[in-house]
Parts: sequence; C-alpha cells; structure tokens
Amino acid sequence: MWRQVLALVIKELLAVLRDAKSRAVLIGPPLIQLIVFGYAATFDLNHVPMAIYNQDPSQASRELVAHFAGSPTFHVVAMLGSERPIDNLIDSRQVQLVLVIDRRFTRDLLAHQPAPVQAIVDGRNSNTALLIEGYANTILTNFALNWDAAHGGPAPSAVLDLRALYNPTLSSRWFIVPGIVALLTQVVTLLVVGLSVARERETGTFDQLLVTPMRPVDILLGKGLPGLLIGTVEASVIIVAAVFWFDIPLRGGLLPLYLGLLLFVIAVSGIGLMISSLVSTQQQALLGAFLFMVPSIILSGFATPIANMPVWVQDLTLINPMRYFLVIVRGVFLQGADIGSLTSQYWPMATIGAVNLVAAAWLFRRRTI
Amino acid sequence: MPPGVDPPEAEPAPALRCVDVRRSFRIGKRVVVALDGINVEARRGGVTGLIGPDAAGKTTLMRLAAGLLLPDSGRIEVLGIDVARDPLAVQARVGYMPQHFGLYEDLSVRENLDLYADLQGVAPAERPARYAELLHMTGLGPFTGRMAGRLSGGMKQKLGLACTLVQPPELLLLDEPTVGVDPVSRRELWQIIDHLTRGLRTTVLFSTAYLDEAERCDTVLLLHEGKLLGSGPPREISGAMEGRSFHAVASLGRRQLQERLASLPWVMDAVIQSGGVRVVTATRTAPDPASVWPPVPDLRFTPVPARFEDGFVARLNDTMGRTAPSSPASAEGGLRAALPPPAQDGEVIVVEHLTRRFGDFTAVDDISFGVRRGEIFGLLGANGAGKSTTFRMLCGLLPPTSGRLRVAGFDLRTAAAPVRGRIGYMAQKFSLYGDLSVAQNLRFFASAYRLRGARRAERIAWASEEFELAPMQDATARDLPLGFKQRLALACALMHEPEILFLDEPTSGVDPLGRREFWRRINGLAELGVTVLVTTHFMEEAEYCDRLAIMAQGRVLSAGTPEAIKATARTASRPDPTMEDAFIAVIEAADNRGLAA
Repeated sequence: MWRQVLALVIKELLAVLRDAKSRAVLIGPPLIQLIVFGYAATFDLNHVPMAIYNQDPSQASRELVAHFAGSPTFHVVAMLGSERPIDNLIDSRQVQLVLVIDRRFTRDLLAHQPAPVQAIVDGRNSNTALLIEGYANTILTNFALNWDAAHGGPAPSAVLDLRALYNPTLSSRWFIVPGIVALLTQVVTLLVVGLSVARERETGTFDQLLVTPMRPVDILLGKGLPGLLIGTVEASVIIVAAVFWFDIPLRGGLLPLYLGLLLFVIAVSGIGLMISSLVSTQQQALLGAFLFMVPSIILSGFATPIANMPVWVQDLTLINPMRYFLVIVRGVFLQGADIGSLTSQYWPMATIGAVNLVAAAWLFRRRTI
Repeated sequence: MPPGVDPPEAEPAPALRCVDVRRSFRIGKRVVVALDGINVEARRGGVTGLIGPDAAGKTTLMRLAAGLLLPDSGRIEVLGIDVARDPLAVQARVGYMPQHFGLYEDLSVRENLDLYADLQGVAPAERPARYAELLHMTGLGPFTGRMAGRLSGGMKQKLGLACTLVQPPELLLLDEPTVGVDPVSRRELWQIIDHLTRGLRTTVLFSTAYLDEAERCDTVLLLHEGKLLGSGPPREISGAMEGRSFHAVASLGRRQLQERLASLPWVMDAVIQSGGVRVVTATRTAPDPASVWPPVPDLRFTPVPARFEDGFVARLNDTMGRTAPSSPASAEGGLRAALPPPAQDGEVIVVEHLTRRFGDFTAVDDISFGVRRGEIFGLLGANGAGKSTTFRMLCGLLPPTSGRLRVAGFDLRTAAAPVRGRIGYMAQKFSLYGDLSVAQNLRFFASAYRLRGARRAERIAWASEEFELAPMQDATARDLPLGFKQRLALACALMHEPEILFLDEPTSGVDPLGRREFWRRINGLAELGVTVLVTTHFMEEAEYCDRLAIMAQGRVLSAGTPEAIKATARTASRPDPTMEDAFIAVIEAADNRGLAA
C-alpha cells in the first residue's frame, strides 16, 4: 500500500514540477505577493498630506507648525491664508488634515488657559481618520508638555507613558509579514490539493487510477501528501524571506513553528481534498477554493482583530484553522512562544485537521465507490 | 455578377487551390508541422473528400480555406480569391462547419437557426422560406421547439449543417461531420450533401477519417502527417488495386489464418472479414494456396473487388515503408502462465438487465450479455449509444441504477481492491499523464498495479520492448504522436498481465496501419486466453470481434457473431451486406418494432 501511495506522490510532484507553467505558478506569485504585501499592507501612516491655516502669526504657533512639519507622519503641503480653500482641499483629496490655529492661540497659552486648535479630518476612511486624530493628538500633547516645561506652566496631573512589548516601534510590518506566511501557505496548499483531482477528472486519467488496485484511501493520501510537502516548502521560503529580507525577528524556536505549520497544512489539505472530491472540473475547484479562502482570511484575524467581531462571528472563527495558525506564527516570531504556551492553539487545529480528513475520505469514497 | 470575377465564358476558378502551403504550430517547445508543402487543386462542383487519420492536417487545411488561419508560407485561393489578402470576401461566400459546431444547447432548434441567420445577416423576409427548406432537408421539421442539447448526436450534426447553410454558400467546408455519428444519420447527412451538390450546385469540401466514405466523394485528397499522399477520383485510387484483393478461408481459425497470411512476403495487407481473411497481394498475381508455407489446410482464395482502403494502405506502405509485423510470440513471452488455466471456461463477464439513468435520461436501458473467456466481444454503436456508460459500470466506476453485473465473478464496485488487478482498462482518448515522460508513466502504472522489485523491472522492460517505446523513453507523453500514445496506453493497461481487458474506443483517430498493428496485438492476446471487451464506432472493426452487440439509445438491438448479424441484413438485392448495412437494418427493424408497439 505504501509503495502505491509513494508512487502516486512521486507522480504528483513530477506532474507539478515538470510543467514549467505550474512550476512558475508555485514560485513566482507567492514571492511577488510576499514582497508586495510586505511593503504595501501596512497600518502605519506616513507622509499624510496636510494644510495649516495659521491665524496667529507668533513664535508659539510657528513652534507648533514645526512640530507637525518635522513629524514623519505628516507632510505639510500648504499654508493657507484664509479658510475658504479648506473644503476644496479635502474634497479633492489633496490633504487629509487641516490644522486651524486660532487667533487667540498665543494669548490663551500665555494666560495658561486651554488654547484651541482645530483639526479638520477627511472622514471618508474612518480608520485613517482615527489614526490621524491620534497622531495629531500626540504631537499636540508633546508640544503642550514642552511649552509648559519652558514657560513654567503647571505640570500635567497624569501622563501616559507607553511601552510596547514585542514590537517596540509598533511597526505594523512586524504584524503583517508573519500573517503572510499563513496566508500564502493556505493559498498554495489549497490550490495544489484542490485542483489535482479535478485535473485528472478532466483529462480522464482519474478513471484510469480508479481501476487500478489502489484503494480510495491510498489515492486520498497520494493526493494530499504532495500538497503537504509543497505547502511546507513554500512556507519555509516565506519564513526565510521574512527573517532575512524584512528583518522580522524570529524569537521563538523552529519546532513550535513547524508543529503549527504541519497541523495547519494538514487541516488545509483536508479542505482541499473535500473540494477535490466534490467538483468535476478545475474551474469548479478554483471557485470552491476561493469560496473558502476569502471568508477564512477575513475571519482569521489576519487584518482585523477577532475580538472586534460580533460574538456569533467570533464563534464561527473557531472552525477556521488559519485563526490558530496566525496566533502561532505571530507568537513564535514576535514573542518567542514555546510549544507549552501554544497548546491551546495546537489542539483545535489538530481536531479540525482530523475532522477534515475523515470528511474528505467519506466524500471521496461516496464519489468514487 | 461583379465585373472581373468569373467571366461566364472562361473556366471558373477552382474551388480551392493550394500552392506550396505550409503551416506549423508551436505546442510548448515543440513545433508541429500540420501541413508540409501542400500543392492541390479542387475543382468546382461535387464533393471533394479530405481523407486521413487524426493529425493528418485536415482541420488545418479547412481553417486555412475558411480564412481563420494564415499559412506560414505558400498561397491559398478559394473561389479564385487569395484568402490571405481578403478573408472577409472568402467568408462571405463560404460556409464552414467545424468539427464541434457551436450549437447553443440551451436554445431550441428554431432559436439556433434564428441566431445564425442574425449572425449571417439573412433578411427576415427570406427566413421563412429558407427555414422551411432547411428543416425539410434535414428532417428536423418536427423538432423546431426542442432544445439543441436534447437532440441526438446525428440530429445535432444536421442542425449544425442547417445553421451553416442558413445563408446558401458557394463552397461548403465540412470538418468531420460524420465521425462518431450513427450510420443512419450518417446516411442521411450524405443524402443532404448529395442534394446540395447535385441539386443546388454547391461545392463541398468534406473531411473524414472513415475510409469507406471516400468512395462517395467525386475527388479525394489523401492526407497523412501533413503531406499529400495522392489525389484523384476514388475509383482511380482503388482501381490500381483491382485484381489484388482476395477473400481467403481455411479450416484454421481466422485469427491464426490472418497471422499466417500477414507474415507472407507477397501479402501486403490481411484483415479479418466475413469469417475469413481479406488479403491484398503485393503484386497483381493470383495467390496460390500451395505456395503458403507452412501449408494451411483447405485454404481457398476468392477474388473480391478492391476497396478504397486498399489503395490508401498501399500508399501508406509506399511512403512509410512496410512496417514489419512484430511477432506475436513476444506477446506470449510477456503474458506468462499468470492466466488461470483455460479449463475454467464459461462467462467471465455477465451483464443482466443492466440499467443506468441520469435524471430522466436513460443512458443504458435493460441490457444483458455475456462474454466468454478468451473472446473478443465488441460493443458497436454511435456516440451516445451507451457504450461508455456500460463500460464504466463494468469497471466499477459508476454504480448501475438496477441490474446485475459480474466481472471475473465480482462486482468491481464492491470487490476488494486487489480484484481490480485482474482487469486492464484503456480509457477513451488514451488518457495518460501528459506531463510525465513515457518511462515515468510506465513506472507509475507498474507501481499502481502493485508490481515490485524484479518483476516490476521485468514488466517495464517488456513494455518498452514489446511496444517499441525505448527510443521515446524521455519524451513527454503529451507530445507523443497519436500512434505512440495508443501504444503507451495499451502498455500501461497490460503492465500487470490482466485476464480481462477493457478497451474504450481504442483505435479512434489512428491511421489504418496503426489500427492494424493494434488489432494484431489484441488478437494475439485473445489467442492467449485474455478476454477482451472493446467499444468502437468503426463498423468494419466489428469484424475483429468473435461476437458483438449493436447498441443504440442505450439498448442492445442485436447480438451475435459478425456473420450472424450481417446475415440478418442479407436480401436478394444485397447478397453480401456490410456491417454498416446490417447496423442500419437492425436500427430500422427496431424502429419498426417501436412503431408497431
């Protein structure tokens, strides 16, 4: 039996690797995606275009403007002389923030009264608007603290002193790139496994396979294992790139990472095999793969925190293997998590994998016998 | 008539003229030469047949003539117009029906006609008269409301033809319209073509892989691997063979007789026919039974008229060099004593009241037959007759809706996996792993059939040698010529020395020499006690079977030896009916019974 499975695995790998096109598909797009996502997918705001309408030409207000101009977050593109262009600037997306410094600014500051500064933000993207607000607030607070220190104002009663563990500069790339490991591994494994049976059904070789003395379970293993192998190799390439190209710290050991990877790839292969046993053409297989892929990424915590989702959706994410693997990759990469601390992630993924494989085997038998 | 085109007094330009036409295609890294310097002229009027096996270049020539492709070099004129210069002018005067005509299966017959009338800009006022004529000609009148997807294969072809003819063309290009179509529809298609050429003076260019259809053409162009083997009236091609064709009978079994005769140096061709062997001699001398050595008892030769196929085979032999028949002894060496002793005679395949329905469509309708050990049993029928469905059920790939079946005493759907090791299966279109090399395919199937160690190596070596695959070891299976694909598929199916062999349309598209070689192997296997179940839509291949069943619309209409089935069609006016005559007679008889019931 194992010889037959091995023969099938070798055949599958040869079929994928001998064909220049499928070879290219396995290597090219994932690496390109890694590079593109690694640079493009970031929550950090940089060079936000802004305008300033300063009604109070004074030393103090110039100092505040300098705080904004000197920040890497903002890029001052215009100094306004009236409030008329404000609407148009925001409307045409030339700026995302307009800072209006009131004419009483210096006076109120010197009088130790709250000095009003208005920020007008483009609210069309609520997420960005909130971030801009936060950044602007931080700059303003810094300015105020400096001012008070220099001009003998009262010390603030409470100050927040932030220290971020694991990601001291709060770089969102550190958060995203390990997530890409999970994302691309899932895409590649699902496609390799999901399309392989459909391809054989299309060319008619699947019948040829079924009339050999191979049992359905042999075929299932022979079809699943190549996905496992290719998925693991693909993930390893991305992990290497994450560490050496993107300089993401790999603080944990490889063992907890690869244990998670193996369980994850098994679970995803199971889904690929289920898709394989249900469809009869590669087109349907592709459709099935994407039908699973999109919700599984959105409900994984890849971009948006699961904790923010409604409770019933949070419950739904419990059956999503990617959810657990994301915790594992990020944990191992940033936090140096060990196997013991990740047990609560391993066992649900193992359970999902087992259930998937059994279901795939059942579907497979039903379709073929 | 516009000035300058075909002045009435002058000889009209030929329908098709090719001057040194070359066309090749790139498939991956490989360049395939589809047409290799074709010089030919087809006159106007009548039917010009493009005759040749798959990959001969027929479709490429059709597409070049229709202006859908441009030649790499050379010149093509259609109705006197240079196609490369003015393809639209050609397309306005030519009707082209490709091999898989684009019928919209979810539209009715009428809606399909409307669609093509719109596409070809037929004025609405002209349509009713045109439709009436076409529907009458094709006999589709009663079915105008039926969805095209629910028509039979033959009716679909006729509808495709009607759609092509909706704007009457001067030249009609038909690409293999009869392949896989049942003989009754085939005959009707030919009646339509006759009507077009005789009655309406349309010129028809007709391509086919069936050699017997050549005799219906006025002129034929013989194509093989992109080269023109010959052209002329079909009589001329078969006429050269007159006096060289004989029917041989002897008290020897016909398979042994064929084997013996085929190996004689003065025999150019020997095929099984009508209980004996049809022999074509290499020269025009009457064969002398006494000169056959070792002697064959009771051998008699009767002269028979030459066929078109004889001429084609002779030309193939001339161009390709006589392929030495590989000795069947090597096949014997390959199949060792693994077979159970022939003492356990009896039926190895039993089918009783087998039915398979897909929704409300009955693909196989209550069929029964039995196949004895060492017998070649054929399922003969058109595409859609239920042959492949029956096959898939026998191989355990599809559960029957009802009925009972036994293969080697088992139902393969429920039997344990090792039982499947006793059958060999060669699927339609030689499905192999196209991305893998020849050697990798052989190795994979050897392992899949649970061969190991020395025996695995021995069987792989046997397959490479027996099927002459060694020089192609590293070639990618997808790029193999069709004949080699067929050999490789058979090699994979025989890897484990099966006792029962299932062959689903094993010779489809292969040239006549390749088909002869294939049947020689199958005959050798049957002589060794292998049971062979084969499907085919080539009527003449039924002659190779010991017994056969004629299938149509999911039912077995007639079963028995080829002679017995042909005998049912014997009439005073037709003393020696062909298998096709018999097939048509059987279907007509069934239709009459259906009317009576």
